[in-house]
Amino acid sequence: MPAAAPELQTLAQDSPLVEALRAGDERAFLGLVGSLHPAMMRFARGFVRSEASAEDVVQDTWAVVLEDIDRFEGRSTLRSWIFGILGNLARTRATRDGRVIPLSALEPTDGEPAVDPAEFLPPSHPRWAGHWAKWPEPWPEEQLLTRETLAHVGDAIDRLPEGQRAVIQLRDVEGWSSEEVCEALGLSDVNQRVLLHRARSRVRREIVRHVERRRP
Amino acid sequence: MSRALSPDLDCIVAVEQVTDYLEGALPLEARTEFEQHLVSCPGCVIYLRQVRAQVAASGKLAEPRPVAEEVTRKLLEMFHASRGG
Repeated sequence: MPAAAPELQTLAQDSPLVEALRAGDERAFLGLVGSLHPAMMRFARGFVRSEASAEDVVQDTWAVVLEDIDRFEGRSTLRSWIFGILGNLARTRATRDGRVIPLSALEPTDGEPAVDPAEFLPPSHPRWAGHWAKWPEPWPEEQLLTRETLAHVGDAIDRLPEGQRAVIQLRDVEGWSSEEVCEALGLSDVNQRVLLHRARSRVRREIVRHVERRRP
Repeated sequence: MSRALSPDLDCIVAVEQVTDYLEGALPLEARTEFEQHLVSCPGCVIYLRQVRAQVAASGKLAEPRPVAEEVTRKLLEMFHASRGG
């Protein structure tokens, strides 16, 4: 039903849309809702307990967006500005609902290795210490794209800690640039990459487990 | 000393650099070392392929879903109210 989703990748592409919103153009607004609302719901679910809370938070976000659109200065893309608002409201709501999400929840905490160290030859190995004990098994590419495996990927993402989940959703699921994600989440380049790395590594380990279970 | 026998990057180190590599965030020297490692390490080539395939698969999760009609109606009301309607 929504009109063709507007492309929202760059600041320059945003400005006609922002103008249309300010002028009360209903089609422009519906297009924006159509292109962002589902992603906003996914994003909010990473912070709050229930679908109903996520709906509240997303609706509150739209209210703030509509109230502040006249003050939007275009220093970030429209969508990263919107997700910045959403992230703050979602964290506030989560805290109010008794979920403890410290202010630093989006910063990386203690690391874990990308791959279980047992997959590599031990430091005592005379020649190949730190190299693969056994190469990873290539994944049959068509299997990765089956509905079942994709559902596992989605579940693995859903189980990540908030910061990792927020970053991998916006980067890999929604396909945003790192700059936009840093803007929206208030992260430094380095922290954004650390979170992306941990998130991708964890999800990969889940896929490996899944693919191995399915291997004849 | 094991370095003298295998001067190459260790795989256990290389896997931690994969994201920075894909992000174009490795400094030139590290990038060159990483790429040289790939030339001699089929295991890490497979690993990198897996990560790329995973990122591509993740992108399939963003199927556009229609927004529920009552949500759309509510948002439209808010929109018109905000525009002084």
